[in-house]
Amino acid sequence: MANVPAELRYTEEHEWAKKEGERIRVGITAFAQEQLGDVVFVELPKVGAKVAQRQSFGVVESVKAVSDLFAPVSGEVSEINAQLASAPETVNADPYGKGWMIVVKPTNAAEWDALLTAAQYEAFVAQGGGH
Amino acid sequence: MSEPSTSDLKRTPLHDAHVKAGARMVPFGGWQMPVQYTGIVEEHRTVRAKVGLFDVSHMGEFEVDGPGALAAVQRLTTNDAAALEVGQLQYSLVCAPDGGIVDDATVYRLAADRFMVVVNASNTDIDWAWVTERAPAARWRNVSLATGLVAVQGPRAETLVGRLADRDVTGIGYFRFANGGVAGVPTLISRSGYTGEDGFELYVPWDDTPRLWQALLTSGEADGVAPIGLGARDTLRLEMRYTLYGNDIDRTTNPLEAGLGWAVKPAKGDFIGRDAIEAVRAAGPRRRLVGLEMADRSIARHGYPVVEDGRTLGVVVSGSYGPSVDRSIALAYVESAHAGIGTDLAVEIRGTPRAARVVRTPFYAPKVKR
Repeated sequence: MANVPAELRYTEEHEWAKKEGERIRVGITAFAQEQLGDVVFVELPKVGAKVAQRQSFGVVESVKAVSDLFAPVSGEVSEINAQLASAPETVNADPYGKGWMIVVKPTNAAEWDALLTAAQYEAFVAQGGGH
Repeated sequence: MSEPSTSDLKRTPLHDAHVKAGARMVPFGGWQMPVQYTGIVEEHRTVRAKVGLFDVSHMGEFEVDGPGALAAVQRLTTNDAAALEVGQLQYSLVCAPDGGIVDDATVYRLAADRFMVVVNASNTDIDWAWVTERAPAARWRNVSLATGLVAVQGPRAETLVGRLADRDVTGIGYFRFANGGVAGVPTLISRSGYTGEDGFELYVPWDDTPRLWQALLTSGEADGVAPIGLGARDTLRLEMRYTLYGNDIDRTTNPLEAGLGWAVKPAKGDFIGRDAIEAVRAAGPRRRLVGLEMADRSIARHGYPVVEDGRTLGVVVSGSYGPSVDRSIALAYVESAHAGIGTDLAVEIRGTPRAARVVRTPFYAPKVKR
């Protein structure tokens, strides 16, 4: 079983969300990067763009495949990880740390509570995780 | 193309070894094949820096022999098989009367009147029907399921194969072959491959393939050997601009637009597709397969449009990150007027044009022994 930090929340599309004061940092899980294989390109929205929960906010490409990135919560993008443009492999190396993707200023606090807990996400992955 | 369910897929003699090694298995051309073991980029680098093993037992092999063998091969393929010495092989094409490519193949001259034709796994049944219907006078044998095939590729391939062989392999030149024992297995040792590195393709009896594979892994440990999946096979061949059948070339593409005119020898005499190909040669191909380098790291994938000022003038057929060139690269068919080296184009990726330039190929400078 891949690493699933207890303090984060998760989506069924394998994004993680981390509360940092008023904002929410977003990335993809260790399980997701493992399934994707070598990440070679990450396309992110611009700072200021609006994202909506469960809607695509960007894409991550591995050598073999393109996958959409889904926003865990709705809001406005306040930061993006510009490092990923030149070093997309960071997503594989450190998915919960330096491989983060965007920071969102959420518009609906209730959406956070609807996200999966670490235990729920772990159970979801163990049951096949959408595969 | 829809792939059959897993249970309908054929298995190579190394299937169990792949599963045991933790490979991710995928359907490919009707076979269950390893796409990766540890990771595509890492496997790619192993082949460029050390040595990698590829299970390509899914490839099809036909033998043809007897007094009509040379004439049959000459009629069915575009390259000049008469120019082959015994112990030599060539890249060739099987074309339809309209010049479309039925398959690409390597042709081995086993003896003056005996050849082996190696074809793509996904086309083996089509090709078998094609050759036996169009050259019925020749004596054909389909030995695909009797023949295992292991490619050993990389700068340390010669050391590794040489250590296990009961004969000298250093004297086998590029695109030449010899028979010998490797790890005690009777082997057709061919100096060839699909990676741009020095290396060998080892044709062995089906049931002996696991023994050879294991011996190569064990003996190659000191050389840093690793098994390599189809994922890295694809990035390695893309960096070399080697075309992949079904992806870059097919029945709707002709050899000249695909840049494979060097494997078409009209002077040898008549062959299927000659007139159509020569008509294209006279008029000049309408489009050409070119190498593209993306300005950023976005990946141009199969089917994406190539555009210029909002006008579509081509289509991407292969694209990936090239680990050894550290760039996003692609192969695309573009209108001939826009195919010149240095032409600035764009690839439309998810609705956004992304800058790309036509570049010289291969993308990677090959290290094969000439």
